[in-house]
Amino acid sequence: MYPSKFGYEAPRSLDELSSLLNRYGDDAKILAGGQSLVPMMKLRFAAPEVLVDINGIPGLDYHREDPDGTLRVGALCRHVTLERSALLAAKHPLMAAAAPLIADPMVRSRGTMVGSICHSDPQGDWASVLLALGGHMVALGPRGRRTIAAGHFSLGPFQNALQPDEIALEAVIPAPTGQRSGTYLKLERRVGDFATAGVAMALETSDGRVVRAGIALTGVGPSNIAATEAAQALVGKPLSEESIEQAAQLAAAAAQPRGDHRGSAAFKRHVVATFIRRGLARGEAVAA
Amino acid sequence: MSYGRSVEVVETAENVRRITITVNGERRVVEVEPRLLLAHLMREGLGLTGTHFGCDTTNCGACTVLFDGEPIKSCTMLAVQADGHEVTSVEGLGTHSELDPVQEGFQAEHGLQCGFCTPGMMMASKALLNRNASPTEEDVRWALSGNLCRCTGYQNIVKAVLWAADKQRLSGPAAAGDTSSEEHVS
Amino acid sequence: MTQTAPVTPSSSQALDEIKIGGLGSSRLRVEDSRFIRGRGNYTDDVKLPGMLYMEILRSPLAHARIISIDTSRAWAIPGVRLVLTGEMMAQRNLAWMPTLSYDTQAVLATDKVRFQGQEVCVVVADDPYIAKDGCEAIDVEYEPLPPIVNPEQSAAPGAPVIRDDKQGQVDNTCYRWEVGDREATERAFAEADVVSKLKLHYPRSHPSPIECCGSVADFDPATKKLTVYMTSQAPHIVRSAVALIAELPEHMIRIVSPDVGGGFGNKVPVYPGYVHSILASILLGKPVKWTEDKTGNLISTGFGRDMYLDGEMALRSDGKILAVRMHADTDQGAFFADAQPSKFKIGLMHSTFACYNIGTGYITAQGHYTNKAPGGVAYRCSFRVTEAMFFQERMVQAAADDLGIDQAEFRRVNLLPDDAFPARTPFGFLVDSGQYDKCLQIGLDAIGYEEFRREQAAARAKGRLLGIGISTMTEPLGAGNSREYDILGIKMFDSAELRVHLTGKAILRTGAKTQGQGHETTWAQIVSHELGIPAADVVVEEGDTDTAPYGMGTYASRSTPVAGAAVSMVSRKIRAKARKIAAHLLEVSEEDIEWELGRFFVRGAPERGATIQECAMAAYSNMPDGMEPGLEGNAYYDPPNLTWPFACYIVTVEVDPETGVWDVLRVVAVDDCGVRINPMIVEGQIMGGLTEAYAMSNMQFQTYDAEGNIVGSNYMDYLIPTAWETPGFELHEVVTPCPHHPIGAKGVGECAAVGGPAAFVNAVLDAIAHTGVRNIDMPVLPDRVWTALQTHQDVSGAPPVRNG
Repeated sequence: MYPSKFGYEAPRSLDELSSLLNRYGDDAKILAGGQSLVPMMKLRFAAPEVLVDINGIPGLDYHREDPDGTLRVGALCRHVTLERSALLAAKHPLMAAAAPLIADPMVRSRGTMVGSICHSDPQGDWASVLLALGGHMVALGPRGRRTIAAGHFSLGPFQNALQPDEIALEAVIPAPTGQRSGTYLKLERRVGDFATAGVAMALETSDGRVVRAGIALTGVGPSNIAATEAAQALVGKPLSEESIEQAAQLAAAAAQPRGDHRGSAAFKRHVVATFIRRGLARGEAVAA
Repeated sequence: MSYGRSVEVVETAENVRRITITVNGERRVVEVEPRLLLAHLMREGLGLTGTHFGCDTTNCGACTVLFDGEPIKSCTMLAVQADGHEVTSVEGLGTHSELDPVQEGFQAEHGLQCGFCTPGMMMASKALLNRNASPTEEDVRWALSGNLCRCTGYQNIVKAVLWAADKQRLSGPAAAGDTSSEEHVS
Repeated sequence: MTQTAPVTPSSSQALDEIKIGGLGSSRLRVEDSRFIRGRGNYTDDVKLPGMLYMEILRSPLAHARIISIDTSRAWAIPGVRLVLTGEMMAQRNLAWMPTLSYDTQAVLATDKVRFQGQEVCVVVADDPYIAKDGCEAIDVEYEPLPPIVNPEQSAAPGAPVIRDDKQGQVDNTCYRWEVGDREATERAFAEADVVSKLKLHYPRSHPSPIECCGSVADFDPATKKLTVYMTSQAPHIVRSAVALIAELPEHMIRIVSPDVGGGFGNKVPVYPGYVHSILASILLGKPVKWTEDKTGNLISTGFGRDMYLDGEMALRSDGKILAVRMHADTDQGAFFADAQPSKFKIGLMHSTFACYNIGTGYITAQGHYTNKAPGGVAYRCSFRVTEAMFFQERMVQAAADDLGIDQAEFRRVNLLPDDAFPARTPFGFLVDSGQYDKCLQIGLDAIGYEEFRREQAAARAKGRLLGIGISTMTEPLGAGNSREYDILGIKMFDSAELRVHLTGKAILRTGAKTQGQGHETTWAQIVSHELGIPAADVVVEEGDTDTAPYGMGTYASRSTPVAGAAVSMVSRKIRAKARKIAAHLLEVSEEDIEWELGRFFVRGAPERGATIQECAMAAYSNMPDGMEPGLEGNAYYDPPNLTWPFACYIVTVEVDPETGVWDVLRVVAVDDCGVRINPMIVEGQIMGGLTEAYAMSNMQFQTYDAEGNIVGSNYMDYLIPTAWETPGFELHEVVTPCPHHPIGAKGVGECAAVGGPAAFVNAVLDAIAHTGVRNIDMPVLPDRVWTALQTHQDVSGAPPVRNG
C-alpha cells in the first residue's frame, strides 16, 4: 500500500522526455496510465529509481485514422476513449469488443492501450488484439523512430523490446484490405478479472473469401500468442464449418497453458477452441 | 505534506514537490513526496477521510474520486500527478444544506449498510449520471463493476442510482448532467 | 408478548406505531446521514496528536525455523521509532496469547513460523511509508520445514509436528468431539433400505469486510489509561481479554469500536496486530496506529469453513429419513483460533438437520493443525452452522436422488410439521417454532417449480442444461443461554441501558456493536414500540466500553435475539416506572392505569391521560413522594433459548456445456425470521447474505499450493462478486413469531449466507444430473463443471491446488 521512494520527473515535451531517458537509462520507468505499475509499486513488486510521468506531454492522447485507413493509438489514449469511440464502433469490431473488457471502469478511465502492451503481462488483452490485427508499435528514441511488429514486441512476461532510452509512442493497426469482422472473447472468473483464456479474432473478407485472418491468445502462455497457423487455415476461402474447426484445433494446439487455480491446461485449451468456434461463427454471419 | 504532517518534519526535503490541485472546488497548494498516493493525500493531508482504502490492488473502488470529471481509483494515482487537476471526492457531493440526488438515493433505497464502500460507490454513480441521465439497470451495474460492496448485494445500490437518475431528471435540465454546481462548494 | 401495535378502539389516542418509526416501520437509517456525506468515523479515520504508524513484517514461508533476525538496517532508517521482534515480546511474556478457543497463538514468531503471513516483526515509524521501508530492511534467515496444507497430510504418520511449542502435543490433532447416539444410529443404518453417502469439502473462505482490521492504541503515561480505537465486533470481550493478556487493570482500559466497515465474523477475535500496537504505545508513550492492508487481512486473520464431510443417511424406501451419521475434519491452521462458545469444539455443527425429523444421529469431528492461517471464525453464521446446513442440504439432495424421489417432495416428507414445536433434535437443541411447509410451498410457487421442470426438459432436448436447486434450513441464532454458551468463561448475555431525558428524548446504549446492521435505527424502533417515544427522539450509542453496558457484541446473528431483547426489557422497566408516575400525575391508583402506545390513561376515562413525555418531565420535576428521581435503567438479557428462523432458498441456473460457466436465472428467498423490526433492513440483510452465498458457490475461496503458499491473498485472486454478476433477488416473507423473544423476533443477518450456498450448488448439479456426478466442491468453477461433464466423476477442490 506504500510504494518505495523514487525520483519523479514530469517532462512537458517529447524532447524533454528523450533527454530524461538518456540521463536515467535503465533506472527510469515510464508512468502513463499507471494502472499496472502503481499497484505493483504499492505491493513493492516494482521499485523504480525514477518515475518519468508522461501525462504532461501534450498531443499523445489521440486515436485516429490516416487517410489510407491506418489506425493510430497514441501513448496517452485511455481505454475509456477507445471504449466510447464511434470510430472503433463503426470500423474496428475487434478493438471495440476488447475495450470494455479491460479491467473496470475506473481503471479504464486512466489506463492506456499502449501502456498495457508495454507492460507485457501475458494476461493482458490489448497485446492479443494488436497481434491479431497484424499491428505494430512505434518506438521513439535518440536514434529516432522505429517500428516493432506486434509479434516481436513482447519478449516474455513483463519484458518488452524497447531500449531503456526509448518509449512506445503509439500502437498502429494497418488499414484493412477487405471487410473487417472479428471479436474478442474472454473467459474471466469475474468481470474485470484477467483472462483465464482470451481469444482475439480478426478477419478481413472480400468477395466472400477471407483475405486476411489473425488470431491471438491471451493468458495461455508466457506471452500473448499469435496463432498464425490457425489464422492461415482460414485465408483464401470462404469461412466454413470445416475451416473454423481447423482453426479451432490449430489454435488450441498453439496455446501453451499451465494449469493453475483458474483451471487445468486441458480446460484452457478447450476454451480456446470453443471461443474460436463461437467467435468465428459470428464472423461468418458478418461475412455472409 | 508527507502523509499529513507538515513539511517541516519530513526527514529530508530533497524530494518534495509543491503541487496545486482543486479539491471539491477549492484550490489547494500542498507539498508532497512523489510516492504519496492521491488517496493518502486526500485522507491524511487534506483531512477528507470519506475516501477509503479497501484493498491494495486497485480492485475495490472504495477510493473512487472524480479526476477532471472521470472516475478514478485514487489509490492508484500519485498525489503529484494531480498537480493542476480537479479532484472531487464524496465531501464534494451536495452542499451543507442540500444533498446530491445520488446521496439521497442511497439513503432512500437502503443502498448502504456498513457505509465503507459507499463514498466510492456514490462517486462512480455520479460519474455515470453525469454522462448518462437515463441509465438502465444494466448501465448502472456495468458502471459499478469496479466497486465492491460486501453488505448489500447491490440490488438496492442499483435502485439507489436509478432513484437518483429519476430525481435528477425531474428536477429539470439545470440539474441533469451539471457538475459545475458541486464543484463550487466552499 | 407484544408483537404488533394492539388493535385500539376508535376513541384511542394511541400513536400510530408506523408513523413514529416503531416496530414494522421501514424507517430510513439514521446512520446513513453521516456515511453518505463521507463523514463516517472508522478506525483508520482516527488521528491523534503525535501519532505513530505501525507495519507488520510477515513470514514468506508456511513452515520454517527462524535462524536469525537482523533489525539493524531498519533501526537506521530516519523516522523509524521502534522495531519489535518475538524475542522482545518474549521478554515481556507477550510472545504468545490465548485464543478464543483455549489454545495459544504467537503474537510475534519466536521459534518457527507456522503459516505464510505469520507476524514476525513490527516497525513503528513517523509514517506508514517509512514503517514499510523499515520492514523491508529487516533480514530474517529461515530454515524451511515441510509444509502441511490439509488434514490428510496433517494426520499422516510421521508428519512434522506443527505445534511443537505445546507440551504434550505429539501429533497435529487439535481436538476430537462427538455428539449423538452412536448405537441407535448404527441400529437405524442396519434397518435402512437405502444408505446415501456423500463426501465433500467446504472450502476455506474469508469474511473479508471491505475495511480491514486496525487499531489506534493510545497509552497515556500520565494517567496510565489505555484507550484503543479498534475494528471490533465485540469491544467488551477485547477489554477483558486485554486485561487478562496484558495484565492491565480493566478499569484503565477503554476500548472504542468506532464505525466498523463490515465484520462478518472477521472482527471478533483479538489479533496480534492489536496487541503489537498496544505494546508499542505503552513502550513509546505515544499513540500508535496499525492499519492492516488487504493482504494481511486475507492471509492472517480469521477465515471461515475449511471443513471436510463424510456423511451418510439411512433411508427408508418411502422417503423417510431414519438416521444421519457424519464425520467432519476441520483444518484449523496453525493455531486453534475459532471464535465460538467454549463448550463446542466444532461450533454448532450439531444443529445440522434441525429442521428435519431424522430419528437419530451421530456426529464425530476432529480438528487438525496445518501450516495455514488460523481462524475458523463464524463467518456470517452462528459458529460453523454454515457448514452444518450446507452439508445437510447437499446430503438431502443426494438422498432424494438416490431414492428417486423429487427433491421438494423428499423435503416435505421429512421437514418438521407445524405442530412439532418445540422440537428436541437428536443432538440436543430445542427448535422453537416454524411453518416449514408453508415456506417451502411459497418458494415453489414463486419459482414455478412444475413449470420449470417442463422448461428444463424441453431445454435438455435442445442440449441446454438448466437446473434448479432448493435449500431449506433452520439456524440456531442468538447465543445464547448462559447454561450452555460462554466465551472464555464469560456468559453470552447482552445488555441495554436507556436514559429518558426530561423532555422525553432518550439515549440508548447496548453491549452490541453495529457493523452495518443498522442498530442506530432499529434499536430506537424497539424503544418506540415499547414506550411510544418516536424513534427519531432516541439516539443510540454503541462500541465505547467506558459508556456502554457490558455485552458480548455482534456476531452470529445475536444482536436482535439478545441485545434487541435487552432493549425491549429495559424499555419495559422504564414503562413500569412511568406507570407509577402517571398514576401520581392522574391522581389514581396504579391499578387503574391503562397503557396505549405513547400514553397512560385512566381506565374508564380514556380522555384523562399522561403521555410518556409528560411522565418523563415529571420524573425529574414532579415525582411522587419517596420515588427515586430520574427515568433510566438497564437490563441484562440471558435468553432462554436460541431463536430458530427458517428459510427456503430456490435457485435456477443455466450451465454452458462447452465452458462450464453457469449463470443464475432466478433466486427466490422465503425467510421466516419472526417479527421484523424494520422490514427494509431485514431485506437488506437477506440480500447481502444471498450475495455471499452466491460468492461462495461461484468464485470466492482460498486455497494453498503444496508449498503452503496461499492463493486468494488479495482481491485479484480472492474474488468477490460485483454488481455486474450478482443476480437479482426475489424475496418473500413468512412470520412465525419467536415464542420466547420479547417482541417475537429471530435472528436473520446470516440465514441467506448459511442456507444459500447449497441452493446454488444443488442447482448446478441438477443441471448436470445426467452425468451422475454427486458432488463438485465449491466454488463451482467453470473448469470444475467442465471436468465433471467430461469425466462424469465428482470433482474435489481440496488443497493443494493442482498445477498442470
